[in-house]
Amino acid sequence: MSRGLGGSVFDGLKFRKVSSPIHNLDPRMKFVYVIAVFVAAILFSAIIPLAILFVMALPFVLLARVQKQWLRSLRGAAFLALFIFVINVGGSYFTHGFTLLAADWENAAAMTMRFVVLVESFSVFFLTTSPDHLGLALEQSHVPYEFSFAFTTAVRFVPVLAEEAQTIMDAQKARGLELEKGNFMKRIRNYVPVLIPLIVSAIRRSLELAEAMESRAWGATKKRTNLYELKLRKGDYALLAIIIVILALTVYAFLYVHVPTVRSFFGYA
Amino acid sequence: MLMVEDVHFSYSSSIEALKGVSLTVDDGEFVAIMGQNGAGKTTLVKHFNGLLKPTSGRVLVDGVETTKTSVAALARTVGFVFQNPDHQLFSETVEEEIAFALKNFGYAPDVIEKRIEWGVNLLGLAQYRKTSPFMLSGGERKRVALASVLAWDPKMLILDEPTIGQDHQQKENLRQFIMQLQSQGKTIVIVTHDVEFVAECNPRVVLMREGKIAADGEGKEILTNPQVLKESSIVLPQIAQVFSILNAPGLPKDVIDIYEAKTLLLKKLGVTSR
Repeated sequence: MSRGLGGSVFDGLKFRKVSSPIHNLDPRMKFVYVIAVFVAAILFSAIIPLAILFVMALPFVLLARVQKQWLRSLRGAAFLALFIFVINVGGSYFTHGFTLLAADWENAAAMTMRFVVLVESFSVFFLTTSPDHLGLALEQSHVPYEFSFAFTTAVRFVPVLAEEAQTIMDAQKARGLELEKGNFMKRIRNYVPVLIPLIVSAIRRSLELAEAMESRAWGATKKRTNLYELKLRKGDYALLAIIIVILALTVYAFLYVHVPTVRSFFGYA
Repeated sequence: MLMVEDVHFSYSSSIEALKGVSLTVDDGEFVAIMGQNGAGKTTLVKHFNGLLKPTSGRVLVDGVETTKTSVAALARTVGFVFQNPDHQLFSETVEEEIAFALKNFGYAPDVIEKRIEWGVNLLGLAQYRKTSPFMLSGGERKRVALASVLAWDPKMLILDEPTIGQDHQQKENLRQFIMQLQSQGKTIVIVTHDVEFVAECNPRVVLMREGKIAADGEGKEILTNPQVLKESSIVLPQIAQVFSILNAPGLPKDVIDIYEAKTLLLKKLGVTSR
């Protein structure tokens, strides 16, 4: 039986506190890395460089020992990836006069690979960065504390809400609600008895949180200090070097190198 | 009749919440499932109406295995009232809330009307029929939730932590209500920490610890066993504590009922009960 929301989809969002060379990196630097990969993935539209980008994330995953969760998030993206592949193949089929060339297949595969690379790099970032760290990074990037606090609170409440949604679904199922019954519109309506208690309880919870915060004098000091401060260390500079290399290679390849296609190795046009 | 046969269950691959539970609840029985937090009480009762299916082992409701049918089908026989009424209330009025399950089960409109009438009267909610459940107090919301389950007259009723957040009077009402249902031949299972409430009801007690059944027997027998209770972080009910401390010759220790206690003490003092 599926544990629904509580057990699967949001599992990837639950951060587990572990220590690894990747977890200990400065989240700001990790974010810059994600952006660099992002830029590279957008600039290239051939499959070979995109595949290289994909493989490049593997050492990070292995070093952080998050293979299991990483695979799970890729599995979660599989459906959308398949969708992108089918849309691309279908699009070429209809626009190219109902024929498919080897180039069309390769192009569709490249677009899918691009999506997978984007998902992969973001999932590595979120799997190895604790919400606290992320909030700290936002704060030290001079984002107002109100915003960074709201952000970390939102992230932290996702698993709580997911669990609550599961309980509510159980309670309504126990009263004969069948979520997967009826046509499309009926199925959407089936979720009303789940959504209303969930929203009401989220509002109630936020009011309680506000009271708890006020009773602990939230916002009393204008200038906050932090127990932990982010500092760039050796590992972060190493990552910075990697980022520069990636960006330099990307720009160089983009401007001066003719990227070979896979089909050219097999003698296709 | 409910049969649980060597049920194991784990939420994720690592932690096992139930480690081989076997239990039979006969029709018309009143069972209290007790134990500390995380002992697996709620996980166990969620198997009774198929919300959870065992990882291994079987659960049979009136001979039907829960894996072979749907929660909606089982719910007709097994009514489950959740701990927090706010997890189920969503309608604009109390009567619509009560009608929700009845509509799901496909009752005719005139039957639904009769059942609502019966439900609100039974739980003293008649004046709130057209009120939004969100406007009611905690205790009243709890009664609406109870009414919304009782309305389809399930043969077996599961109450998860029914006494939490209820004052003494409401607890007493609940107790009498449960007794009344029991006298109508319903099977009742409550999950609770409330040792005094259980002592007053004196049902069969199933004590759980770390995903297993630690003790199973008459309330009077289990709630007066200090060793067993201590291992489950439960204190003796007050009456049992008194008799345990008195430790007088001629006085038994397995007393949890206040009237029985009175009779015994008066007899000991040589006063005729009046």
